[in-house]
This record gives sequence, structure tokens and C-alpha cells, in this order.
Amino acid sequence: MATDITQAAPSHIGEINKYDFRTVTEGVFKAEKGISAKIVAQISEMKGEPGWMRDFRLKSFEIFESKPMPKWGGALDLNFQDIYYYLKPADHQGKTWDDVPAEIKETFEKLGIPEAERKFLAGVKAQFESEVVYGSLQEDLGKQGVLFTDTDTAVKEHPDLLREYFGKIIPPHDNKFAALNSAVWSGGSFIYVPKGVKIEFPLQAYFRINAENMGQFERTLIIVDEGASVHYVEGCTAPMYTTESLHSAVVEVVCKKGSRCRYTTIQNWANNIYNLVTKRAMAYQDATMEWVDGNLGSRLTMKYPSVYMMEPGARGEILSIAFSGAGQHQDAGAKLVHCAPNTTGQIISKSISKNGGRSSYRGLVRVEKGATNTKCNVVCDALILDPQSRSDTYPYIEVAEQDVSIGHEASVSRIGEEQMFYLTSRGLTEAEASTMIVNGFIEPLVKELPMEYAVEMNRLIQLQMEGSVG
Amino acid sequence: MIDTLTIRELHVSVEDKPILRGVNLDMKRGETHALMGPNGSGKSTLGLAIMGHPNYEVTSGTIELNGEDLVEMSPDERARAGVFLAFQRPIAIPGVKLADFLRHATTNVRRPDRKEGEELIPMREFRKELKGKMQQLQMDVEFARRYVNDGFSGGEMKRAEILQLAMLQPKFAILDETDSGLDADAVRLASESIAEIGREKMGLLIITHHDKLLVHNPPEFTHVMLGGRLVETGGIELANELHSEGYERIRKAYPDADAENQAMLGKIEAQPVG
Ligand SMILES: Nc1ncnc2c1ncn2[C@@H]1O[C@H](COP(=O)(O)OP(=O)(O)OP(=O)(O)O)[C@@H](O)[C@H]1O
Ligand SMILES: [Mg+2]
Repeated sequence: MATDITQAAPSHIGEINKYDFRTVTEGVFKAEKGISAKIVAQISEMKGEPGWMRDFRLKSFEIFESKPMPKWGGALDLNFQDIYYYLKPADHQGKTWDDVPAEIKETFEKLGIPEAERKFLAGVKAQFESEVVYGSLQEDLGKQGVLFTDTDTAVKEHPDLLREYFGKIIPPHDNKFAALNSAVWSGGSFIYVPKGVKIEFPLQAYFRINAENMGQFERTLIIVDEGASVHYVEGCTAPMYTTESLHSAVVEVVCKKGSRCRYTTIQNWANNIYNLVTKRAMAYQDATMEWVDGNLGSRLTMKYPSVYMMEPGARGEILSIAFSGAGQHQDAGAKLVHCAPNTTGQIISKSISKNGGRSSYRGLVRVEKGATNTKCNVVCDALILDPQSRSDTYPYIEVAEQDVSIGHEASVSRIGEEQMFYLTSRGLTEAEASTMIVNGFIEPLVKELPMEYAVEMNRLIQLQMEGSVG
Repeated sequence: MIDTLTIRELHVSVEDKPILRGVNLDMKRGETHALMGPNGSGKSTLGLAIMGHPNYEVTSGTIELNGEDLVEMSPDERARAGVFLAFQRPIAIPGVKLADFLRHATTNVRRPDRKEGEELIPMREFRKELKGKMQQLQMDVEFARRYVNDGFSGGEMKRAEILQLAMLQPKFAILDETDSGLDADAVRLASESIAEIGREKMGLLIITHHDKLLVHNPPEFTHVMLGGRLVETGGIELANELHSEGYERIRKAYPDADAENQAMLGKIEAQPVG
């Protein structure tokens, strides 16, 4: 372990400081591989964090060590000691375009992503050049009292607000990977939307991302105050490329009385990545929380966004889609917990498996004692494109009340011969026809996406269908 | 040179069961042919075999478009070569908008050597044409935004098939009971539209149990199928006879084919629904 302060930060980073970006002044921090209490403390120190956060990290590390690996989901062939847990942005910048694998570059090209953006997405460049857009946006939001920064900054600038919820929605002992994230987290977004403020346009992580946001252990906290509303969009449809094999994020959302939050994620991971994410929201009286979650690529994804409906009238909606290709396993699903009367929930899950890919839906609907007159509807549809591929459904329903209505429909279909014949008989090639059927299959999700994401999503599916991604 | 569709001694099996047993048919572009015959005689099978449905295996015989063998072609190649089948039972494709599908199909059929991924016909141009055709068929333009055959009423499905026929402008079109499921007004509209779109421009093979479609599209030839064979061919008077008298005379005249027809029906009915 050594701290090298001889390398100066690239000059463009200083410039964006005025927009509240995290700046790099410390130079390069070369972390050791692996994890220990020492490394966790070091991460905290490098970030110049207050004592409470360091203690939180260390406590989380203990929990991480004491927790067994999850017994469900997919095969986790992970060596925790063979991973870098903290890379300074400067480390990312040290990487060059030549280090990026050819197939990733090719995909960027096919997606038509501009040069500057490609480098950013590949982790070569720390900053996507959109400061101007971000600047005016930030100003606009600032006037309304909205806070939108990275989480590291929030620890320093908004500690009271952050501490009220940080680690409260998803405590470190929730699961092994939540504990890991709590110990080593870096980056992610912090958003606070004040009472009654309705943000009309989607807030995109895109515009304010710096190298740390792209990190493997980002941590996001969104607080939507009474009557407020926000739509947050994260990720992008280009393949996310990191040299590390583990991505484990934690996302916490609080929806206060009468508020509304939609959180949209579209992620397309490189084939070597374990993507293990914990996402949870608490929705209070008459509040609505919606997760829209698209997962492509990765070696194994385990992700089950959840909504806890805490007070009467709360509503939780989860729309998820998974696409698994060769060597990929998507274990994705959703969790709805009805803790109060008159709450309603909906889960729509769609999965596509191709070239030996495997998709599983794992879902839980729980109705707690006292949560009377609740309604919940679950629909999960799987589409399997060839005999080598596989799909499973693991729906769990736990109901402690009488007066509830829970619907569950599941379907598994193969691309129908009759559908293929119908489309090809009108002049579409087989490849075009199956892409069209797949795009039709996910249309209910795609139409919920902001326009540019919808377009990219369709293009991405097309590439996946051609088998040229991942 | 006038386009021709020529079928010789065509034998077709489904799951190794012979359905068509030696069909011969000669069509020229511009002609209208009626294909009649009792239920289960093999009319739809002929249409599906011409279009290349993978479950309908041509065990012997030929289907040629202008002397070119269709049997070796995939369904999309046949479509690009200029063959169209309006389905007796169109298939639903959830999530796929009729307009998107049709823009793709129209591009491929008009530019047969288009490679996958190449540009589609420009949106504006396509929309304008589609809108025109829909108005002609008295269809609401909004209808094009619905998902292909998904939740369509019987009549809507048939109308959508005619719309596709109008857009794709094939050399030869097989219309498999395109008049069934339509109310009286819709049948008249459909008949008139088909006459306007296809008559004398395409070679039409009209499969029907009613005479409405044929009133506006009087056939030059009428073929009667029984037991997987075209047992008789005549002019419009044959179609008229079958409409008023039924198949009694035909069945008596071709007892072997009739027996095969009965046997096919019986065999199928004895099977559990698959
Ligand atoms: N996919 C199939 N699987 C099994 N049997 C089939 C299949 N397609 C056709 N057949 C059988 O072949 C025979 C001819 O059927 P076809 O649909 O061609 O008759 P049709 O003349 O079109 O009848 P209709 O007037 O009732 O539409 C029938 O006995 C039918 O059951
Ligand atoms: Mg039929």
C-alpha cells in the first residue's frame, strides 16, 4: 500500500468544481487488493470522512464478515480478497482507451455513442462533457431547494439530513452484500426533493456522474418529501465496463406522505460482472413508489427492488425486465411488503433467455397483520428463444390477513412458430421477425422509459438478438 | 411477360399425414380463381404450402413462380418474390404495432435485396401511403398503432389483412376466407376493396364458402377441392352451382376423393386437441 501524491489531477476536473462535482486533489490512491478492517478504515480516511461514517463502515465490515453467502440465486464464484474495493478516480483515468476490449469498443460504435461519451462509459475518462447542461439544471433545481449531489459530498455538506435515513432503509445486516456496500461504498447519488416540489423532467445520473459514480459500490439515497415528486434515471444502455468483477450497489428511497418517486435503471453489464444490488423504498401515506428496472448482460445479476408500503394508501409498482444471453444468469425479481391497510401493489416482470442464458423471477409479496383491504397483482412472463435457454419462476406469497386480493399470473412462452411464420410470410427475415417479437414482448416496459432510453433499449435488444453484445 | 404461378402434382403432408394428394394449378397474374370445397378438404393447406409454412411438408411435386422453384425458398423470400397469403386465422403479435410491422414488411418486399439493418422507407412517405390506403378501407388511422391482431375483432383482423395486401402489392395473393367473420356491410366493403386493390393487377386465389366476395370479383376459374385434390375446374357457373346446390353432386362424382376427405376429417376428430 502506498499513497502517491506526485501525480496531479487532470486540469479539466478543477473546472467542473463550480458545479459541485467531487474534485480530485489528493492524487492517486493505490488501494491494496482484498478487504480488511484496515482497508475499510483507510477508505474512510482517504475520503476525509467524519467519525460516524468511519464507524458505520467498520461496523458494517464486521457484519459482512459474520454473514453467510446468500443461499438462493445463482452460483457465486467470488473471491473477496481478489478485488480492489476502492479506486480513486485518478486510477480510472490512468486506464487508457487501448485497455478497453475490442468487443466493447465495437458495441459503442454500433450503438452510435459519441467518442467522448465512449471513453467515459468505458471508464477511461472520468467526466462526461455535459457540464453546461448540468450547470443550468443544477441552478434551476437549487432555486427550488432540491439537493442533487454525489453521496460523498452529501456526507460532508448535508450530514444531518443524510444521517436520518442513510442505512435506515437498508441496514447493513440486511444481507451480506448490503453489508459489503456499507463498508466500502463510494459515489452514488444523493437527492432531496423538498415538500411539494415536483420535478418535471427526469433527473439523470448521466449528467453529473464522475468516476466514483461509476464505481462498483455506489450508494444512493433519495428522499422525497411530502407531496413532492421525482423521476430518477440511472445507468445507460451502453455496456458498462469495469476491470473489476463485482458490482454491488445499495439504493435507498424514502417517499413521504403523498409523494411520488420513479426510479429507472437500465444497465447492460459486461459478461464477467457479478451484479448484486439491493434496492428498497419505503412509501408512506398515499405515496407512490415505482421501480423500473432493466437488466442486460452480466455473468450473474441478483436484484429484487422492493417497496415497503408503510401507511394507508401507499402504492408500490415494480416493472422489471431481464435479458440473459450466453453464459449469463439473471436472477431478478421484486418484493412488495404491505404493512398498512388499503395499500396496492403491482409487479410486472418480463424475462428473455437466449443462447443458453438463464432468467429467474424471484418475487415476494407479503401482507402483514393489520394490512387489510390490500390489493396486489403479479404478472411474470418469460420468453425463451431456444431450447438451450432456461427460465424459472419462484413466486413467494405470505399473507397474514383475510381481506386481501392477490393475483398472480405467470407464463412461459417460446417464440411461437405461428408468429414467426406470420411475420416472415410478410417479408421479414427470421432474425428481423424474432427481434420484432422480442421488442413487442418488452414493449410494456419500454414505453415507460424516457424517449432516448426507449430508443436505445430497442437498439440494444437488436444487438443482443444478433448476438454481438457480450 | 405475364407472371405465372404453376403447381404440379403437389403432395403435402402434415406430421407425416398426407393432406394434399396431387394438386395441379395454373394461374396468371390478372386472373381471379375461386377455390371451393367442403371443410377439411385441404384449401388452407394449399395456401400455407404455397407460402412455405414449416409444418406443411412438400413431399413431392413443384410450386413455381415464373419458372422459379418456390419450395426451396423461405417464407420471407417467397413474400419478396411476390406471393401473399391472407390468413384464415391471423396471428396476434403482442407489443408490435401494425404500422411498424408493415413499414418493415413493405420495405423488404419493395426492396427484395435489402440487407438487414438497412434503412426503411422514409417515415413520412410510408405514413402518407398507409393513411391513404386506410381511408380507402374506411379504417381509422389510429388503428395502425394497435398491436398486430392483438385483441382485434374477427372483422378487424380480416380488414387488417386486406390493408397488408394493399400495401404489399404482391403478384399473387391467396385470400383464405377473407370474407368470414365480416358483417354484411363489411363483406361488401371488403369485396369492393379487393376488387379495387387486386383484380386484374394480381393473380387472386380466393378461398370462400360464400358468394359475396365473388360477386365483386367474378372468377374466371373455379376449382373444387375434395380429399386433397382439385377434382373439378370450371368457370363462374361452377361457383354459382356450388353456392346454390352444395357439394352433393361433386361427392357422388368423386367417391374416392370423398372417402379420403371423410377419412381425413375422421382421423383428425379422433385425435386429442394438440
Ligand atoms: N397443422 C395441422 N395439424 C394437423 N392437421 C392439420 C393441420 N393443418 C391441416 N390439417 C388437416 O388437414 C386437413 C385439411 O385442412 P385444411 O385446413 O387445409 O382444410 P380447409 O379446406 O381449409 O377447411 P375449411 O374449409 O374448414 O377451412 C384437415 O383434416 C385438417 O385437420
Ligand atoms: Mg381453411
